[in-house]
Amino acid sequence: MELAFVIEKFVLITAIFLLSLTVAAYSTLAERKIAGYLQDRVGPNRAGWGGMFQPLADGLKMFMKEEIIPTDSNRFLFIAGPSLALLTALLGSAVIPWGPDLVLGERTIPLQVADINVGILYIFGIVSLGVYGLMIGGWASNNKFSLMGAVRAASQSISYEIPMGLSLIALLLVTNTLSLREIVGQQHGGNWNILYQPLGFILFLVCSFAETNRTPFDLPECETELVGGYHTEYSGFKMGAFMFAEYVNMFVASAVMSTLYFGGYNYPGMDWVAGIVGPMIAPLIAMAVLLLKIFAFIFFFMWVRWTIPRFRYDQLMNLGWKVLIPLAIANIVITGIVITVYDKL
Amino acid sequence: MESLSNRKKVLEQKPMNFWERLYLPAIFQGMAITFKHMFKKKETIFYPEVEREFSENWRGMHSLKRDEQGRERCTACGLCALSCPAEAITMIAAERQKGEEHLYREEKYAAVYEINMLRCIFCGLCEEACPKEAIYLDGPIVPANYLRKDFIYGKDKLVEDPINIESPVAGN
Repeated sequence: MELAFVIEKFVLITAIFLLSLTVAAYSTLAERKIAGYLQDRVGPNRAGWGGMFQPLADGLKMFMKEEIIPTDSNRFLFIAGPSLALLTALLGSAVIPWGPDLVLGERTIPLQVADINVGILYIFGIVSLGVYGLMIGGWASNNKFSLMGAVRAASQSISYEIPMGLSLIALLLVTNTLSLREIVGQQHGGNWNILYQPLGFILFLVCSFAETNRTPFDLPECETELVGGYHTEYSGFKMGAFMFAEYVNMFVASAVMSTLYFGGYNYPGMDWVAGIVGPMIAPLIAMAVLLLKIFAFIFFFMWVRWTIPRFRYDQLMNLGWKVLIPLAIANIVITGIVITVYDKL
Repeated sequence: MESLSNRKKVLEQKPMNFWERLYLPAIFQGMAITFKHMFKKKETIFYPEVEREFSENWRGMHSLKRDEQGRERCTACGLCALSCPAEAITMIAAERQKGEEHLYREEKYAAVYEINMLRCIFCGLCEEACPKEAIYLDGPIVPANYLRKDFIYGKDKLVEDPINIESPVAGN
């Protein structure tokens, strides 16, 4: 392994890490702004122009707050909970292809931290690890409400991983590969997977709302029933880590959805643009396009949050087990039949 | 039984049809509504810069009025204190001395007049009770303060400024 390779990966990892954190920080502002605009208000606008420095002020507030660790809690696990939540949230972005190969001089740099051939499985594993942070945090708090929130998070996440996985299987039947880079490559030229898997996409979308604990499915932190849910006992920066993990999760989920179903960094007229600006600028434009798609998804997440009320818990389970799983299985069967018939012709 | 008001509505609870059970059309309907709201005029009033106008019958901080010659109208009869349901008003009456005719309208006046703004419920009964049209709740919002004692407003804060009077005539 040469030194340049290490440096290049290090720079890429740092950039993606900072990008995830910045996007997550500004998502908090965007959330409040969008909430305001959807409710005929203007949202925070005092800190800086249009509230630009609100995330900094919020972050500072989180740091300055008193860190409370309940006496009866398990101290190690209490701290491990939010750390694990944030860690797993950040790990997801490692396999996302952020753009086509960047050509710098004679070096070709892939804009992807790790092109592993089981990229989808990796993301799936990370997503299911994510719930451990909430579970450990909720359990270690030694509080009934936290425990209830943690139990809900665990069962919700288990229930919705099944339709998520099943909707992915249908997608894999179409793509024939698990590597995210190849999946994006196949979608070049407007050949997006959403055209082949519309039902699969809707199932995946619903499940990703449930996996990121966002509003119609935010039962683990249901204020009306559980005080604060799994983070009832948390304060200060550890609370902030939980909140940040949620926003990073949303960012990664949006990135995965754009990559799997909406062509990743591909956009119409891509080759034409690449011919004009050259192989150094074109990947950056492609990356900007991917970011735009991600932001559109994040906006969608927030739009849904401020429109739809929370599910009741039994409705959540009904939807997961009685609607989404049969639909996902039907989707696999139909996809399989269509592919077989198509291949025979 | 027959409804007397004729406004009774009987809701029919039919089982949901296929489209309703899908949830998705209803969700998109709701999202279209919230999306429209993004472009509506915002109701926010930017408070420190812009202040919302008070309504006609707004009741705010009290002011003790002066007459057209700049003399205090209050005669310390105590009817306001008596009518006050929150026991917020106290006063000490004094007799007008010779040479003070340009200060006080009647022969008796309030030497001390205090309203506890923490007790006051801004009901306006004091201005209804006043026979001399001396007290009105026509001021702004009572500002916040750090100490309870600072909420007891004396004559220094309550009596109207003499500058407002058109022709302050000294003496008679």
